[in-house]
Amino acid sequence: MAPATSSSVTLNINGEKHTLSVDHRTTLLDALRERLDLTGSKKGCDQGQCGACTVLLDGRRAVSCLQLAVAAEGREITTIEGLSEDGRLHPVQQAFLDLDGYQCGYCTPGQICSAVAVIEEHAAGWPSAVTDDVRPEAQPAPLSAEEIRERMSGNLCRCGAYVAIVEAVAQAAATVAEQAGTEEATAA
Amino acid sequence: MSTTTGAHGKVIGLPYVRVEGRDKVTGAARYAGEVPFPGLAHGWLVLSTIARGRVRSLDTAPVLDMPGVLAVLHHGNALPVDISWVDPQLGPPDATLGVFQHDRVPYAGWPVALVVAETSEQAREAAEALKVDYDQESHDVDLSYDHPGVYPLVGPLRPATEEKGDLAAELAASDVVVEAEYTTGQGHHNPMEPHAVTARWEGERLEVLDSNQGSPFVAGALAQVFSLEPTAVRVRTEHVGGAFGSKSQARTHHVAAAMAARILDRPVRVVLTRRQMFSLTGYRSATIQRIRLGANPEGKLRAVEHRSLCQTSTTYEYVEASTMMTRMMYDADAHHTANLAVRLDVPTPGFMRAPGEAPGSFALECAMDELAEKCGIDPIELRLRNEPERGPISGREYSARNVVACFREGARRFGWAERDPRPGVRREGRWLLGTGTAAATYPMHVMPSSASVTANADATFTVRIAASDLGTGARTALTLAAADALEVAPERVRVEIGDTAFGFAMVAAASAGTRSWVFAIRKAVAQLREQLSQGAAVPPEGVTVMANTFAEAGALHHDDKERHTYGAQFAEVAVDPATGEVRVRRMLGMFAAGQIINPLTARSQLIGGMTWGISMALHEEAALDEATGSLVGADFAGYHISAHADVPAVEADWVDDPDPGDPVGIKGIGEIGNVGAAAAIANAVWHATGVRHRHLPIRPDRVLLAAPSA
Amino acid sequence: MREFGYQKAADVSVAVALLDADPEARFLGGGTNLVDLMKTGVERPARLVDVRELPLNRIETTEDGGLRIGATVTNTDLAVHPEVRRRYPALAQAVLAGASGQLRNMATVGGNLLQRTRCGYFTDVTKACNKRVPGSGCPAIEGEHHNHAILGTSQHCVATHPSDMGVALTAFDAVVSYETVDGPGELPLADFYLPVSDTPHRETALPPGALITGVTLPPTPVAANSRYRKVRERASYAFAIGSIAAALDIQDGVVRDVRLAFGAVASRPWRARVAEQMLTGAPAEAVSFAAAADAELAAARPLAHNAYKVRLMHNLVAAVLTEMVQEVAR
Repeated sequence: MAPATSSSVTLNINGEKHTLSVDHRTTLLDALRERLDLTGSKKGCDQGQCGACTVLLDGRRAVSCLQLAVAAEGREITTIEGLSEDGRLHPVQQAFLDLDGYQCGYCTPGQICSAVAVIEEHAAGWPSAVTDDVRPEAQPAPLSAEEIRERMSGNLCRCGAYVAIVEAVAQAAATVAEQAGTEEATAA
Repeated sequence: MSTTTGAHGKVIGLPYVRVEGRDKVTGAARYAGEVPFPGLAHGWLVLSTIARGRVRSLDTAPVLDMPGVLAVLHHGNALPVDISWVDPQLGPPDATLGVFQHDRVPYAGWPVALVVAETSEQAREAAEALKVDYDQESHDVDLSYDHPGVYPLVGPLRPATEEKGDLAAELAASDVVVEAEYTTGQGHHNPMEPHAVTARWEGERLEVLDSNQGSPFVAGALAQVFSLEPTAVRVRTEHVGGAFGSKSQARTHHVAAAMAARILDRPVRVVLTRRQMFSLTGYRSATIQRIRLGANPEGKLRAVEHRSLCQTSTTYEYVEASTMMTRMMYDADAHHTANLAVRLDVPTPGFMRAPGEAPGSFALECAMDELAEKCGIDPIELRLRNEPERGPISGREYSARNVVACFREGARRFGWAERDPRPGVRREGRWLLGTGTAAATYPMHVMPSSASVTANADATFTVRIAASDLGTGARTALTLAAADALEVAPERVRVEIGDTAFGFAMVAAASAGTRSWVFAIRKAVAQLREQLSQGAAVPPEGVTVMANTFAEAGALHHDDKERHTYGAQFAEVAVDPATGEVRVRRMLGMFAAGQIINPLTARSQLIGGMTWGISMALHEEAALDEATGSLVGADFAGYHISAHADVPAVEADWVDDPDPGDPVGIKGIGEIGNVGAAAAIANAVWHATGVRHRHLPIRPDRVLLAAPSA
Repeated sequence: MREFGYQKAADVSVAVALLDADPEARFLGGGTNLVDLMKTGVERPARLVDVRELPLNRIETTEDGGLRIGATVTNTDLAVHPEVRRRYPALAQAVLAGASGQLRNMATVGGNLLQRTRCGYFTDVTKACNKRVPGSGCPAIEGEHHNHAILGTSQHCVATHPSDMGVALTAFDAVVSYETVDGPGELPLADFYLPVSDTPHRETALPPGALITGVTLPPTPVAANSRYRKVRERASYAFAIGSIAAALDIQDGVVRDVRLAFGAVASRPWRARVAEQMLTGAPAEAVSFAAAADAELAAARPLAHNAYKVRLMHNLVAAVLTEMVQEVAR
């Protein structure tokens, strides 16, 4: 018997549940863009080769073009539209805006979602391909420009905005650390 | 509330955040393929898999039975379109606009059908399922000087050959001669946003939502193709996700979408895949450039010869005119340049960021570096000694030529004075280090445009102009320029762009967009201020003035000055001779580019151009499969562009570039960053290793093979 | 892309039963390779059995002090795991050198081993390819092959295996565990990939319908001093043109134990056993390294445009081992 080729799924996006029937072929990216009118996630290559479609899945960055929508049920999905709260920009968004970390803007939502995760990954002590010593005993490498560049390399930008993007990620990382410090101090 | 304009603080030259910036960082900015339409159908193009021959048959019946499929358009059922027209400036259109008009296949990746379905998934599967049979003919895709079809291009804008003086005699009399062949790989624009268009008909009116560099140009072509009144086509483009020349004109997808929308009587969207973009949206031809320089022992040029060969298609002539920079950069008693082409069974190439100058500057500025080495002269000093008084070929005076200032200031900041000229002597761990420099230049045109400015009753102003912002910052620059002309705060000015309803305007290309648009806006503002100065109150509907620069731009275009921007590029590289890896460590570009409107975005755009230089120098080259005449690896995994990790500290800045003879003062900066950048990197690779790399990109395999055996 | 059925498997036995029942079904892990290949038409499954949420996502120390890695462990979780970083640093480095942060978060260990070649002819259904359509020919041999294999090729296929992770796993004698409807089984990674021969479309020795459940690394003390170096055509986010996983144990200037595996030079991660044998007991110096590399690469059969890989791999062996010796000396 031929299997069903579409399913009803409930997607948890930016804290809101959306139930829809999807053709199994529909990627999360296409579901966002063509079904839910969340067009902030961009389709640059549709093959996992550019990073423009980056979203956060259960808090980790992922390319939504290679994620089938039907397989995303039960996962917490955060898109660029979910990063700002009450019109207040996320520190990464603010830094991109202030430092001109973009030109045409098409890779930008992916760069920003990726950068949000990069800052968290680094804070969690994850090494990267340019980290000298990956052993857990090693002193964690600071989030240098070189570390940012390596960690952000899955997000291509054709306008050539990389220099400003790296500056923006560094500035945002400092802001995020500062805010975390303030929160800690307040909690104490 | 005051509705008049008046004195206000300085606007031009101060950093200003992009007016659409917030929309871009929150995902709110909508691009062409992202606007919902009721009843929208999705078209998917089917491209030829052979490089030459005829379509024998298309098996459409099974595809039409597939779920959701609405139509399959092909040469057997397409609407007739007209491509017999000739534009007075641009000539005849590329035959690619004659979508599905015949069964001939002139290259691999030629559009043979459009499948339209209710959803994009259905359209894609049906397009992939469509069986097309061909009568295949042998193809010719080999670019070579030995090809019998090599010819000098014809056309008034860019003469094929310019020759003065006795080349053989001057070369023979030269104490130092550099003779070398430089080649560059086939380049593809690859803007991050794939080309996307939605077409909808209302009776005899065609509405198009598009991603393009110039709506008036797309609309004009579509009106011709569908034999409509020019006013019957409205094209709009709001946010454009990069273009770099690839979105400068109407192309297959525009015509296919409009045709399908006409036949189905509903809106149709066609979005290209990344792979389809490689054959449907233009590209930069590979070039084979031959240079001979002859000089006296002090490095003063006596002979300059630069010949460049590129390919074009059998359907259209586009020539990558790589010798244009040579014609105005350095003089010599004998000065011969030629732009040559050969027609092959390949897609039509086209304008790509710094067309001509990008590959041309690589050859010329590497040859100058080789001459400096042979003469034992510092490469900057060599260029200073060869500064011409007038255009070497044109004989025209330079309106402003501040390349020397760029070199002097750049050398100071880069630390050039401490450079040891010997190659291959600096090592840091596994890396050999070197530095290089090159000159940059790009011509400045101004093109006719029209603009309207409205004084609103609420004391704000609205500027309307059919400009495009490709990420250049044009929307913001025009806001600032209008505010400056109006003498009001930029927050009181709103600029609307991208709509043919606003009249004709220059395409965003050739670094002439902002320059041309500002010219028109200033004229409209001047006329508006004249009207407002009469003192009448602004009525509720506002006061609108429309002006154009058709006469002024034409006059400037034909005047007797050499008008260009200039720059000096500096690069430091590291090369691992054991693995062939090349890394750029830092770059500095100093530019002379007139008045800079918004330093925040100008810096971005110049660095962007330099980043393209890194990409061109080290990464970009499409791979041709000669057996099939098609590309292999036509995607971002097979065609590399620079990633974050490839782009180090890149700095761009500018020197004062007063140009009192220029009526606009604002010059374009879209191309200049990309000129000379690859040459500076290649020259640095020589300085690091002692090996000249005359083919781009400088890939690890090439570095390894060129290195002396260990 | 063809329409397909989709089922999330609740446990391993259900997963293998579902696949067994439908010869046109495929397992879906992270999807980073399979979904891409479905979009390009290379893979056209009728059904996907989603195994990503199977309870195979743990990394555990085995009784003998090795490491057992579940098949659905993501690349990221593998690379950041403290035991991996401490005991097999080259494995962590290899994973971190692959793809991008986004893809590493999605991709799984099982899927990584099964990923298909990135040969541009294989991924383009308009072109001939023996791996995709047996008997259709290998245009790469006469065509674009500057990043194709030099070792273990045949006249039918010269594609490379793209994995970085697999190179380190190969160096450390990993063993693949799998499950079929007939029960579980094991395959050393050394025997996991089949020789190319005239059947390049048959890539692994896994029985039909088998689900990879995990990978076991035996205790390998030498791996604690190991590293992975990858050479590619841009600084990041690109497949290798040559890579090496190396582990080295030196005592009194003599090589006591060494592991070497190459990436991007063969249809599988290439264990350099010839070089290892020559080096074991040899002085830990440049001359030995060069000689061992030459001996390993004597079997290379380069084509017109990939001969540089012989020099590259020779240089990489020498450079990486020399660097490791210098670090020990420090």
